[in-house]
Amino acid sequence: MIEPTTTTTSASATASPLLRIVAVTKRFGGFAAVDALSLDLVAGEFFALLGPSGCGKTTLLRMLAGFETPDHGAILLDGEDVAPVLPHRRPVNMMFQSYALFPHLSVQDNVAFGLRRAGLPKAEIAARVAEMLALVRLEGFERRKPDQLSGGQRQRVALARALARRPRLLLLDEPMAALDKKLRQSTQAELKELQRRLGTTFVIVTHDQEEAMTVADRIGVMDRGRLVQVGPPRELYETPASRWIAGFVGDINLIEGRVVSREGGRLVLALPDGGATVMALCAGAGRQDAADGCIAVRPEKIRLAPADSAAGEGAPNRLAGEVVDVTYQGSVSLYRVALKGGLVVRAALANASRAGVPDLGPGRAVTASFAPEDGVVLEA
Amino acid sequence: MRARALAGLSAFNAVSLALGLAFLYLPIVILVAYSFNASRLVAVWGGWSLRWYGELLHDRAMLDAAWMSLRVGVCAATAATLLGTLAAVALARGGGFLGRTLMSGMLYAPLVMPEVMTGLALLLLFVAVDAERGFWTVVIAHTTLTMCFVAVIVQSRLAGLDRSLEEAAMDLGCSPARAFAAVTLPLIAPAIAAGWMLAFTLSLDDLVIASFTTGPGSATLPIRIYSEVRLGVRPEINAICALVIVAVALLIVAASLITKFAGGSRDAAAPL
Amino acid sequence: MTIRRIFSGPARLAAIAPLVWLTLFFLLPFGFVLKISLSHTVIAQPPYAPLIPLTGGFEALRAALAQLDLGNFASLAADELYVMSYVRSLVVASASTALLVAIGYPIAYGMARLPPARQPLAMMLVIVPFWTSFLIRIYAWINVLQHDGLLNRVLLALHVVDKPVVWLSTDTAMYLGIVYSYAPFMVLPLYATLARMDVSLLEAAADLGCSRLKAFWLVTLPLSLRGVAAGALLCFIPIVGEFVIPDLLAGSERLMIGQTLWLEFFTNKDWPVASSIAVVLLAVLLLPLLVFQRLERRSVEGGTR
Repeated sequence: MIEPTTTTTSASATASPLLRIVAVTKRFGGFAAVDALSLDLVAGEFFALLGPSGCGKTTLLRMLAGFETPDHGAILLDGEDVAPVLPHRRPVNMMFQSYALFPHLSVQDNVAFGLRRAGLPKAEIAARVAEMLALVRLEGFERRKPDQLSGGQRQRVALARALARRPRLLLLDEPMAALDKKLRQSTQAELKELQRRLGTTFVIVTHDQEEAMTVADRIGVMDRGRLVQVGPPRELYETPASRWIAGFVGDINLIEGRVVSREGGRLVLALPDGGATVMALCAGAGRQDAADGCIAVRPEKIRLAPADSAAGEGAPNRLAGEVVDVTYQGSVSLYRVALKGGLVVRAALANASRAGVPDLGPGRAVTASFAPEDGVVLEA
Repeated sequence: MRARALAGLSAFNAVSLALGLAFLYLPIVILVAYSFNASRLVAVWGGWSLRWYGELLHDRAMLDAAWMSLRVGVCAATAATLLGTLAAVALARGGGFLGRTLMSGMLYAPLVMPEVMTGLALLLLFVAVDAERGFWTVVIAHTTLTMCFVAVIVQSRLAGLDRSLEEAAMDLGCSPARAFAAVTLPLIAPAIAAGWMLAFTLSLDDLVIASFTTGPGSATLPIRIYSEVRLGVRPEINAICALVIVAVALLIVAASLITKFAGGSRDAAAPL
Repeated sequence: MTIRRIFSGPARLAAIAPLVWLTLFFLLPFGFVLKISLSHTVIAQPPYAPLIPLTGGFEALRAALAQLDLGNFASLAADELYVMSYVRSLVVASASTALLVAIGYPIAYGMARLPPARQPLAMMLVIVPFWTSFLIRIYAWINVLQHDGLLNRVLLALHVVDKPVVWLSTDTAMYLGIVYSYAPFMVLPLYATLARMDVSLLEAAADLGCSRLKAFWLVTLPLSLRGVAAGALLCFIPIVGEFVIPDLLAGSERLMIGQTLWLEFFTNKDWPVASSIAVVLLAVLLLPLLVFQRLERRSVEGGTR
């Protein structure tokens, strides 16, 4: 996975953005599908809009394509407001969730459709169609009709058709929703590779966080019409901005307690049962006055050891508990551990050997621990 | 497994289906068979003969009526297809507009309205405006009746169409009108063709409305047949009926072949 | 503005022509029916006294309205011929609809349970006779049912009867003709609902302890009631006004309302009475018409199948 060299805040400041979405609002009746949303995209990036269904991500995408017009705000493409421009006059193309392949046209006519509208010379159209079909590895399928293709092939025709006009911006609406899991994974890799090769700016809408993390350089998480966090996949996963995002992107343990101290960039919480305290690094000053706090830890960052083991004695964040159950999931096993105070935390341990870890079975007394730098202080 | 679970029903199903189909087809088959009967007496089988078809050729009134019906059918079906398709597009794509309820009401009511009423109403209109009754009044009446059938067929096809196809066409550079012409129209073409066919056969079939709206000297084929049928069964009538049946059957076969070769989707050929 | 609006502008323009046409040739004519049902019969051409002078202005209109003649309706209510015709029409339509449900349901059910590959063929077979002329199909039955027709000869040959049975000009023949002609209108909507039904629902019912009959009663039948309603209305309404079938197959001693209307119009040339009959008929059918329109619109606009 490629880490973009620029971060969220600096992206708009340094490179001049290809697309600026400025305080865009779209209402359906009284319901704000997109609510005063602003976002900048730089040329050449692969951006994912991630969110649960109904969060407004598809509406936003359709506004970029021109199928919806914002009620307020501006959409600037290369500095020009395209909000009032009809879809067929925008240098933007879209790949539809249903693919929307024209059933009465062959594969090559589907791909050539947009080129003919653009009035390109015949020879150039033929060359471009051949190029596009080669790009998606569908040579030899030119004369087939869409209903003679498999789901994966149809998806690739839709991609070729949308790319044929060399759009400034390619919009993909849940492009893999109709594919099965295996095919989806290989297609994601191909899509990523394709985007890197073409350098076209891609905006993908998905509700699948794994997909977003696999393909995108940056992800914008949407909830109820707003962007709640924008950043590279790693940033989103390792430093979620809120409990909601932490829970939406991957699995996470939320450990809540009373604030004991908040000094030297460390937050210390006392768990409700009294005895144990947990500690995590907190970057900013945070809300100094809050009496309660929350530290979030990803399951794979929690280590388990038998209670009688002396390893790691004296280190912070050692929590005594008992294994409730173990779920074998192939590459990892998920342990649920009931802590003294009743809180249940999940720990994912890699199955690094075939034998697993026999002395951590259900009912065993264990110590769960994590490094202070692996905990995330969540304020929201 | 599914087939086995339902196997017990299939004997009953097969019998009811077979009886039903026999009930539907047997009288028609008998009618066609008797049209080749050499004997004038309908009850007596006198061997195979084309005699009655030959006599038809000399029945001037019958031929005129058939020609009239054909012309009316083509004109009415064409006008009805045009108007019905426009109405279907307005209802399926127009969203909510003023007069929408009125229009859908006026489209669905004639589907079931007893023909005597529609016929009477139209006649009174024609009389009131002092229109000369004949070919054109029947065309108008049949257009009114059959455009509703066209509208229903085309509208259900439009409703079943993925809206993102039109969006994709626009996304790829089509203006809305262009998108309709390049994508929507080819996809609803089988339904439009089926609508024309249905309108044509309905027009060819109609007795009641034509009786009300036609004038002296311009009888349609059903009017002519009806006046003969009232006098009893005659072999010439059997022959003309057999001809109409064959003509309609050929039309249906042609239509289903056209839709098949046009590569439209499979459900497009369904006439209702 | 959304994409729907981008399309809906031109689409609305498309409404103009059909709207004008239907207003001129469907709505307006019924206005004339109403108007003439309120006028006097005269023996002239046209055979009614013009009622509302179109050029007289408001005063003339008021005077004309004061003269409206409800006499035609009064005579409809008073004359047993008309009342009996309405009653007979409703009775025949109800009985025929019931017969059609009883006969059409097994056929539709059988079609829906055929292997999917064979269903289009079965549907085609049901539809094709519907494409054949209505009149011709009735005529075909006259061929079969007449005194020395095929039916009587088969019955005689099998010694089921010893002298020809009178079939024509009986109610039996009329019901046969109605059921025959309207069967596709009943079978197709029923088939559409039944075919759409998920077979796994029946398997679920069986899994939950229903016998096959019980599953039909508790699952299939309730789910197909919409189709039954659509088919029933599609048959009932036109049968009430049916003319050709009773005219050709039933006896002439008791008339259906469509026949009465035809008689008044073509034979007695009493246009005002014919119009009054039509107005009352429309009033009788208004409720089923509205129900049908609502049902049909919902099923078409309800989107995909």
